[in-house]
Amino acid sequence: MAGNEHIDPNELESAGPVREEPAAAREADIADETSLDDLDVEPMYINIGPTHPATHGTFRVFCKLDGERIAKAAVEIGYLHRGFEKTVETKTYALVIPYTDRLNYCSGLVNNVGYCKAVERLLGVTITPRTEIIRVIICEIQRIMDHLICVGANLVDIGALTNFWYFFNAREKLNDVLEALTGARLTYSYVRVGGLAWDLPKGFEQNVREALKTVPKAIRDVEGLVKKNRIFVDRARDIGAIGAADAVSYGFTGPCLRASGVNHDLRRKKPYYHYDEFDFDVVIGERGDVYDRVFVRVEEMKQSLRIVEQALKILPGGPINIDDKNVVLPEKQRVYSSMEELINHFKLIIEGVKVPPGEVYDAIEAPNGELGFYIVSDGSGKPYRIKVRPPCFYLMNGLKKLIEGHMVADIVAILAGLNIIAGELDR
Amino acid sequence: MGVKGIPVTKHETGLITTRLDEVIRWGRKNSLWPLPFGTACCAIEFMGAVSSVFDISRFGAELVRFSPRQSDLLLVAGTINYKLGPVLKRIYDQMCEPRYVISMGACACSGGFYDNYATIQGIDQIIPVDVFIPGCPPRPDAVLDAVVKLQEMIDKEPQRRPRQPERERERPR
Amino acid sequence: MKDLDSIIEQVEQRFGEAVEASDRPFGDAVLTVGRTRVRDVLSHLKEQGFDLLLDIGGVDGLHLGRRERFELVYNLYALESDLRLRVKVFVPESDMTVPTVSDLWMSANWAEREAYDMFGFVFAGHPNLVRILCHREFVGHALRKDYPIMKGQWATGTSDLRPDLERE
Repeated sequence: MAGNEHIDPNELESAGPVREEPAAAREADIADETSLDDLDVEPMYINIGPTHPATHGTFRVFCKLDGERIAKAAVEIGYLHRGFEKTVETKTYALVIPYTDRLNYCSGLVNNVGYCKAVERLLGVTITPRTEIIRVIICEIQRIMDHLICVGANLVDIGALTNFWYFFNAREKLNDVLEALTGARLTYSYVRVGGLAWDLPKGFEQNVREALKTVPKAIRDVEGLVKKNRIFVDRARDIGAIGAADAVSYGFTGPCLRASGVNHDLRRKKPYYHYDEFDFDVVIGERGDVYDRVFVRVEEMKQSLRIVEQALKILPGGPINIDDKNVVLPEKQRVYSSMEELINHFKLIIEGVKVPPGEVYDAIEAPNGELGFYIVSDGSGKPYRIKVRPPCFYLMNGLKKLIEGHMVADIVAILAGLNIIAGELDR
Repeated sequence: MGVKGIPVTKHETGLITTRLDEVIRWGRKNSLWPLPFGTACCAIEFMGAVSSVFDISRFGAELVRFSPRQSDLLLVAGTINYKLGPVLKRIYDQMCEPRYVISMGACACSGGFYDNYATIQGIDQIIPVDVFIPGCPPRPDAVLDAVVKLQEMIDKEPQRRPRQPERERERPR
Repeated sequence: MKDLDSIIEQVEQRFGEAVEASDRPFGDAVLTVGRTRVRDVLSHLKEQGFDLLLDIGGVDGLHLGRRERFELVYNLYALESDLRLRVKVFVPESDMTVPTVSDLWMSANWAEREAYDMFGFVFAGHPNLVRILCHREFVGHALRKDYPIMKGQWATGTSDLRPDLERE
């Protein structure tokens, strides 16, 4: 048969050109793949929200994707705009307090305290020493609760579910203490202009100490699970990093600003309610990434525990409300027995506290940043204009810068680290 | 199973015979998968109801599914404003029958104390609601109570639910 | 470390009659500036160290009997020197254009959008001046005193955000 040649194995090895051809063809293929310019690529748009399991609250992030990376992003808010600022113009100063509760609903008492502090400044009254320390205690407890929710939710979004339950457990214990104090579970409305609604119940200090014992244990558990965890570090280090100058330009305040390395805490810069007498550290991060934001909050919880301990030690006795009948409601027994008190009560409820005309801006260090109230008064019992300076609004403003360049999965990690509460964002 | 009057016969062989309606109702009410449409403070209380302290999974409603295609209970928790209204309607339209709606909280039931230009005064203006939970925010126990009430309602309905009429939207004032 | 008085004096000297008033209600420092020079004053203040623009708020003074109807308040804070200053601008209803400061401070971007949405201030030079809190089919400006509080407006759908992607 023709062609049945004996093939010498030694000859096969020298069949060089036959073997080189596939390599050359492969190189040509690779050369084709690297020239993506002539590929017909359409941008992909992805819409996250307004209802999405990972967005805490309703807002919308619209992204233009380049593969998995975000080329451009647009953030839309306003899905919980409830008309706070317009509604409070029709209510008296005392009736505004429940509305302020629902601004940052994870720490309702802090909003109450911020609002009442601004009104008291406009009125020109000084509250009693006991009220000051009680307000410090409840603000710091709320700070711990807000950070517990924020860090727990942040870790859930990254995938670490167990931490959420550890933190929620601790939060429920603290919530029980506040429920015994105020009667409500989430929207407390305990603070009043000129003081508080009522005095502390019996055994409050002991209950607080008991409840606070669960917090260090929860923090230890979570830190052990997460702080040096390879997966968490990969997902959080250098993700959503922002430098100090940029953070200040975007109007960041609070833990997110401190995570970028800026030493700014209103409790130290402009101390109110004896904060300059307490011994606590201001926690500052380095890189302003997700990892830093999470652990700045965890460390702040530890500092808040110190403050509460010190405040409980120096809690003075005395009255809760100031002794000014134009501001504070008279006692109920007097109202029912004396005509003067009855009329005073009536006027204060129906017409509201008569605040002298003027405008004031007052801010406190809320768990999320600087919560400010700019109140314009026209002399009547109803505020003329209240403008809230919400910390989340400016954090959300910076979200666009934080996520561009990262991958879609990072949006969730970055968003949760900013602690966006839609009630405060949209008012 | 075992509403009074419905025959449920257990035989010695271990088989249970009953009516088809009964079995379908039993399946539906004990596996309500909620879609938490949580916007505001009530969403935090719903999270409390799902947590181990209050435990909604005792009633079968444990699996929260964030997709309308996979859930049958739309739980609207929080204020719905005019900007979010079309989104809510769209999510409701995407759900398959049988679908139930629980309106949680004062804001979802009637606008709450936000009686102004921005808030829809009750979601029943755009979607039909089965159970209203009052409260601001309602305790997690109230959510559990609402799920039980819904289960009792499901017990009484026929197997093929009548198609809900399209809501004619009330004009805002 | 400058103090507030010297900064205010410097501003008054440099900008002359553009600074209309300067007072200290309740211990805060407030400067009232004319509308045309407000951007110059604010960029001068930024150079003096006011690097944090906390807030831009609008006020509708319809019932307050002032000379112009609207007021725009810039809330400034200097981080290094820990100084707070408010700058007020009176804006008439007939011409609500104010120059933007969103290139000086990034926080002004959304703050100005909110002021536009709620009151109708038009910020000249703003990269993306659209509504932020109310839906985009909303007609009118909600926080004005003559907007009826109960008047709700239905939206027919969500807005297309593709144009927003290209703008800032």
